[in-house]
Amino acid sequence: MKYKSQKVAYWFFAFSLLLLFLQIIYGFIMGFDRIGLQGLHEIIPFNTARAVHTNLLVVWLLSGFMGAAYYIIPEEAQHELVSVKLAYVQLISLAVVAVTAIIGFHFNIWEGRKFLEIPRPLDYLVVVNVLLFLGLILLTLFKGKRKTTTALVLSMGLLFAALLYLPGMIPFDSQVLDSFFRWWVVHLWVEGVWELIMGGILSFLLIKLTGVDREVIEKWLYVIVGLTFLSGILGTGHHYYYIGVNKIWIIVGGIFSALEPLAFLAMALFAVNMYRKGEKKHPNKTALLWTIGSAIVSFIGAGLLGFAHTLPQTNIYTHGTLVTAMHGHLAFWGAYAMIVFAIISYALPNMTGRKFLDSNVGRMAFWISNIGMIGMTISFGVAGVAQVYMERIMKMEFMAVQKLISIHFVVLIILASLFTIGILLYMYEFIKHGTPTDEALETQEN
Amino acid sequence: MLSKKQARAFFLGGTVVTFLIFIGLTVYSLSSAQDQTNKENLTEQAIRGKHIWEKNNCMGCHTLLGEGAYYAPELTKVIDRRGEGYIKAVLMSPVPWQPNGRKMVAYKMSESDAEDVIAFFKWIGKIDLNGFDRVVSPLAKKNN
Repeated sequence: MKYKSQKVAYWFFAFSLLLLFLQIIYGFIMGFDRIGLQGLHEIIPFNTARAVHTNLLVVWLLSGFMGAAYYIIPEEAQHELVSVKLAYVQLISLAVVAVTAIIGFHFNIWEGRKFLEIPRPLDYLVVVNVLLFLGLILLTLFKGKRKTTTALVLSMGLLFAALLYLPGMIPFDSQVLDSFFRWWVVHLWVEGVWELIMGGILSFLLIKLTGVDREVIEKWLYVIVGLTFLSGILGTGHHYYYIGVNKIWIIVGGIFSALEPLAFLAMALFAVNMYRKGEKKHPNKTALLWTIGSAIVSFIGAGLLGFAHTLPQTNIYTHGTLVTAMHGHLAFWGAYAMIVFAIISYALPNMTGRKFLDSNVGRMAFWISNIGMIGMTISFGVAGVAQVYMERIMKMEFMAVQKLISIHFVVLIILASLFTIGILLYMYEFIKHGTPTDEALETQEN
Repeated sequence: MLSKKQARAFFLGGTVVTFLIFIGLTVYSLSSAQDQTNKENLTEQAIRGKHIWEKNNCMGCHTLLGEGAYYAPELTKVIDRRGEGYIKAVLMSPVPWQPNGRKMVAYKMSESDAEDVIAFFKWIGKIDLNGFDRVVSPLAKKNN
């Protein structure tokens, strides 16, 4: 750690992990619901559990990205964060918004729009919160001694993510228009600007961990984010095939979303090549594992599994089935959760001064959580494909099919338990590092 | 070999061009001439129904236009499939509806609220979905 203000990142990371833990609990509630164990139905019905599960995902990832930015930007800009106090105010307000929204979901206070369930008054608070965050990051960057491509791409991703929240706040009477613009937020986040954030974090980590020249890494960063936008923006069309808009999207969405895996393939090749090219072998093996792992798993989860149901002729069968849940789980895990874990693993020893850089527990956390998540993805996949065949090809009734595939959710719960053990090991490592201290300042070259 | 400057130009150029095309296609596909949603039939009652749909986060279990949570049935053509009476009974039920054991929240809706939701489903059922409703069996009455 080079700047005292980087310490603020720790608390964003801690908040992230806490929310992840809660997210997993609500995931289990849904899993049990699906096998007929609905003991909590009166207090936490499925739609509440689902809204909490997905919204917590969004908030913990955002909190992780914000922590990453608070750690990376001062170091890249070579300038202390302009105000540490305001960064804490921002964290507390983020926590207040998240907790209020989640409590509200238990009392039927929500918007009922997939992924954007946060009620309108809280939306305004989110906007204020994000403006404060962006103000702090951009001002630090502006006052800094240097403006690197890594910092610019990361900040641009965060800025666009904030701007793209706005179309989701426009009210529509038509369900079709509502859906259309909801995807401007959700799709253009996860298959657009969030990839900029991921690319920025990945680039920072590769520069630090492999020792490859910054110019080389940042050049490829441009190529990757270029491919992301080139395919991802028009790839939004894959959400528009069958929701009641013009057929033009079937052609445009079909072509461009088929290109989307290229960005993830480039990201995976880039990370692996930089690692092989790097002469310096950084002692933080855990961070390296998560970094390279993120690039590879995101290609499988977001790239390949996304491609598996993005073509219009396949999607007409898989649209609105568990096949989406299969792709969603591994995509979010690989692309976003793992990159947040990578930056935490890199930053934590630097902020706390405790160098647990290559521990057995750290390695186990990586492998167990990944095996668990890949197993969960396979369970969703088997359930989803069976659902497609029985419901949409053999024309069986919805609930009859659900009963037949419920066995896959028993398997899912077992594998989710394995995944949870991996996450708990990661959290154990996090806690073992203790809290950040000024004594850790400049204790290492990076 | 590609220089950093060229890489940046590729990123900025590609982004601007595709974004402009995206905006153009949005304007085109949402123009009145291309409307597939019979928006002229979107009545006040159907809009009230949409608000009830959202207020209760029905999408948190069901799917509509193929979007939702895959826990409960697709409702795009539910009127054709089940008829108004059945839907009204489900929405007004004082105890959780549980077909095949899977529980739905008991919304205990008033008759007029239930009718608003039905008006909403009726409007949804008339949208041209580019063939999706022909593939998805539970949507069409004849397949049941």
